Amino acid sequence: MSSEWPLWEIFIRSQHGLAHKHVGSLHAPDAEMAVRNARDVYTRRNEGVSIWVARSADIHASSPGDKEALFEPANDKVYRHPTFFPMPEEVKHI
Amino acid sequence: MYAQMVDTGVGKVLDVAEMTAEERAFQDRIDADVKVEPKDWMPEAYRRTLIRQIQQHAHSEIVGMLPEGNWITRAPSLQRKATLMAKVQDEGGHGLYLYCAAETLGVSRDAMIADLHAGKVKYSSIFNYPTLTWADIGTIGWLVDGAAIMNQIPLCRCSFGPYARAMIRVCKEESFHQRQGYDIMLALCRGTPEQKAMAQDALNRWWWPSLMMFGPPDAASVHSAQSARWKIKLLSNDELRQRFVDQTVPQADYLGLKMPDDKLAWNAERGHYDFGDIDWQEFHEVVRGNGPCNRDRMQTRIRAWEDGAWVREAALAHADKKAARQRQAA
Repeated sequence: MSSEWPLWEIFIRSQHGLAHKHVGSLHAPDAEMAVRNARDVYTRRNEGVSIWVARSADIHASSPGDKEALFEPANDKVYRHPTFFPMPEEVKHI
Repeated sequence: MYAQMVDTGVGKVLDVAEMTAEERAFQDRIDADVKVEPKDWMPEAYRRTLIRQIQQHAHSEIVGMLPEGNWITRAPSLQRKATLMAKVQDEGGHGLYLYCAAETLGVSRDAMIADLHAGKVKYSSIFNYPTLTWADIGTIGWLVDGAAIMNQIPLCRCSFGPYARAMIRVCKEESFHQRQGYDIMLALCRGTPEQKAMAQDALNRWWWPSLMMFGPPDAASVHSAQSARWKIKLLSNDELRQRFVDQTVPQADYLGLKMPDDKLAWNAERGHYDFGDIDWQEFHEVVRGNGPCNRDRMQTRIRAWEDGAWVREAALAHADKKAARQRQAA
């Protein structure tokens, strides 16, 4: 079997000023074709105004095994949320 | 359904006592509705079953383009033609979402396509029936896509993240397919007596194969229990089939068409329609490769793959050449 086109991860920015969001992946020989294919596969119904593509092989991800080490320290820092500080009823606009 | 009779590779559902600690932790997370993501640990049987199920589903979308593609050049108006092209293009897109979801489990798309062409993996039995008249295109949208939606909506909640996310995208697009089909049926049934007869003839031929899409009766579905436990099958074949009948019969009534089933009758006690016996022998024959169009569908797919080989190779060679030039310039 001949070699397969590399896999690309596709990110689309929707119309409402939000950040690019991962929508899926696809195969393409190069970045230019990845953008064209992404347009056909992921934006047939006005889903976006901008496309980013990145080679899947270039994405470095955290590993599921590191979940506790990475994210648990945030669990006991509730004071980082505004709701940690109750405000008196009489005080407005805060 | 689009993935009928998926083999889980296990003889029976594992007892909690028989599970390893890892398997128990995995099942606990599924029971708590935590999604499984590609890099998470998962039992080998779960991974293999999902690869089979998603792959069958993807192949069904791709092969499903063929019976409808048959009518693109002969659609009765420019609007119908544009609509049908959009629908067939969607099916191709659905196949791609699903291949990518399967690839996150560590199988390549080329390997999946090779398995389809070698006859090692199936696609839905429904696509082995011919599209003889324009009314068949209406009936496919109405019944086949209707049945697909029935199956795919619960799958939006399935345990494997990439599959669930692909299903959400598919379901958003699928309801257009069902409506365009019913719209074709409406036009035919409001037309001349010949047009209405054409609609009835298509319904007669597609009704039973549509009911077979949901797969064998629950009593004969050996692998369903394990898939249900893993939450990659959320409702049973018979439950989905009953829902489909209950939903579709009033739609046929509105069109003034009659289902080809003398035993079909409302059962007030059950609150459901009773319906006649499905010819499971026909189903198994079609799955085995002996339906009206099995050989034709496979030949067409293989020819498309082989005829496209030079394009895939040329695009890759062009990309390599461009990359080499860029390296030289740098």
